[in-house]
Amino acid sequence: MTIALREQFPFYAARAACHYLDNAATSQIHSQALAAMVGQESHRANVHRSPYRLAEAATQAYGDARAKVARFLNAASCAEVVFTSGATASLNLVAYSFGETLKAGDEVVLSAAEHHSNFVPWLRLKERAGICLRILPVLPNGRIDTARLQDLVTERCRLIAITHCSNVTGAVTDVAAVVAAARAVGAKVLLDGAQQVQHGPVDVAALGADFYAFSSHKCFGPTGVGVLWGKKAMLALLPPFLSGGGMVGSVSLETATFAAPPARFEAGTPPVGQAIGLGAAVDWMMTLPWAEIHRYESMLLARLLAGLAVFPAVRLIGPADLHARLPIVSFEVAGIHPHDVCQVLGEREVALRGGHHCAQPLLAALGSEGATRASLALYNDQADVDAFLNGLEHALKVLS
Amino acid sequence: MSSTVYQQAIKELAEAAHGSGLLEHPDGASRLDNPLCGDRISLTVQLDGGVITAVRHETRACLLCRAAASLIGLTAPGKNRKEIAEETVALEALLASSHALPAAWKELEVFAPVSGYPSRHGCVLLPFKALNEALAQP
Repeated sequence: MTIALREQFPFYAARAACHYLDNAATSQIHSQALAAMVGQESHRANVHRSPYRLAEAATQAYGDARAKVARFLNAASCAEVVFTSGATASLNLVAYSFGETLKAGDEVVLSAAEHHSNFVPWLRLKERAGICLRILPVLPNGRIDTARLQDLVTERCRLIAITHCSNVTGAVTDVAAVVAAARAVGAKVLLDGAQQVQHGPVDVAALGADFYAFSSHKCFGPTGVGVLWGKKAMLALLPPFLSGGGMVGSVSLETATFAAPPARFEAGTPPVGQAIGLGAAVDWMMTLPWAEIHRYESMLLARLLAGLAVFPAVRLIGPADLHARLPIVSFEVAGIHPHDVCQVLGEREVALRGGHHCAQPLLAALGSEGATRASLALYNDQADVDAFLNGLEHALKVLS
Repeated sequence: MSSTVYQQAIKELAEAAHGSGLLEHPDGASRLDNPLCGDRISLTVQLDGGVITAVRHETRACLLCRAAASLIGLTAPGKNRKEIAEETVALEALLASSHALPAAWKELEVFAPVSGYPSRHGCVLLPFKALNEALAQP
């Protein structure tokens, strides 16, 4: 399976020797996504503007991409899909626009496992609007302690904004418990799906959330585009985020009215080529045998975790089991900084990431100042895992 | 065990940790973070007539950052603010281009292998920025 898949990624034609294990930061782009984006950008026009054929074709392709994303998410309608510049922009959009509906004393529940993208916007809203943040702690294995939902989600809670899967630990959140806790008090749920989408289509209807955010570059599409999905009724209640062309109903010298979603949230010229590339990427993903891929990824993850367990100096930052877990593995090496580990492995063409992974509250909660991360995608193989483990052994010798 | 970046001289500098600790009565002090990787340095300096008489630092960082801090602990005493600023410019130029260093700053040559890794330049520069900041205070 891996070889056939690799042939579909231009990366492997150019960098066959690279063991790319930084997929949680950016996945490689699929050939269909690249071709779709290049095709659009090679003979482009703006969307929603002009009646000439090129512009009509761009508008049609942009709309088709929205429909593909809607199918990928099992959304009720295309109007629930907002194109943004990425998950960070999507999360900021909710923090700003949903935040406009909150008042001082209202509560938003986050977890200690959030990426800064789903943490800092809420900190800023707290300063701006006087809302209260309540933080779900993590267990020693990095999993979010959903048992604390009962006492942290109160009648004043308006939103639970939480990661679907941690970008550090790989732990998948018990979304059903989160949604049940929110519904019990009439609160809404925002899921940060940035890590989850790389591992298969998402069913937002089954999840029961109100908002879902993700980035294209983490699911084999181009950089520079992402998605905010929101229930139609929810999006309709929200004021705009960015203002400009394309998001208005009418504008006079005195006032402006605003378009219906999704246009209300897509001010200015959207990332047309990237969105079309994303559409091609998720279209391709929907053709894949995901049950088989999940078994394959779990096999690689088990090999990686078993290999790491052999090193006495290594401390895993995250669950050691395979239950409710994606193949994202972070760890510390006693006495050695993660950037030094990454540097030495990088010299051996093993691509990793090191540092706080934009999750400083999580690392602090787990007693870590920084971690090295290996993250697997469907095109990785056993040779990648073995190169990583052999490289780590080498790095320990170089740096000790 | 070979590595392009982690050559023996850099490792020995980091291991030696010249100037580690903090001065009790500094004339200048600074604390800087590298937000990309979490490196942190606290640095204190004593001066006499504008010349550095002592420099001490606490560095919680990667090996490259610790090596740079150690080099400062070893070589900064006896230099003045202007010389440290010039040395920092020379280090930035070395990292940016790997051009040959002026003779006065040959001690920086140890960091030449880092020039090909832009994401690590900040690690080497952090202690120098901290020293410049501490020197700007008196």
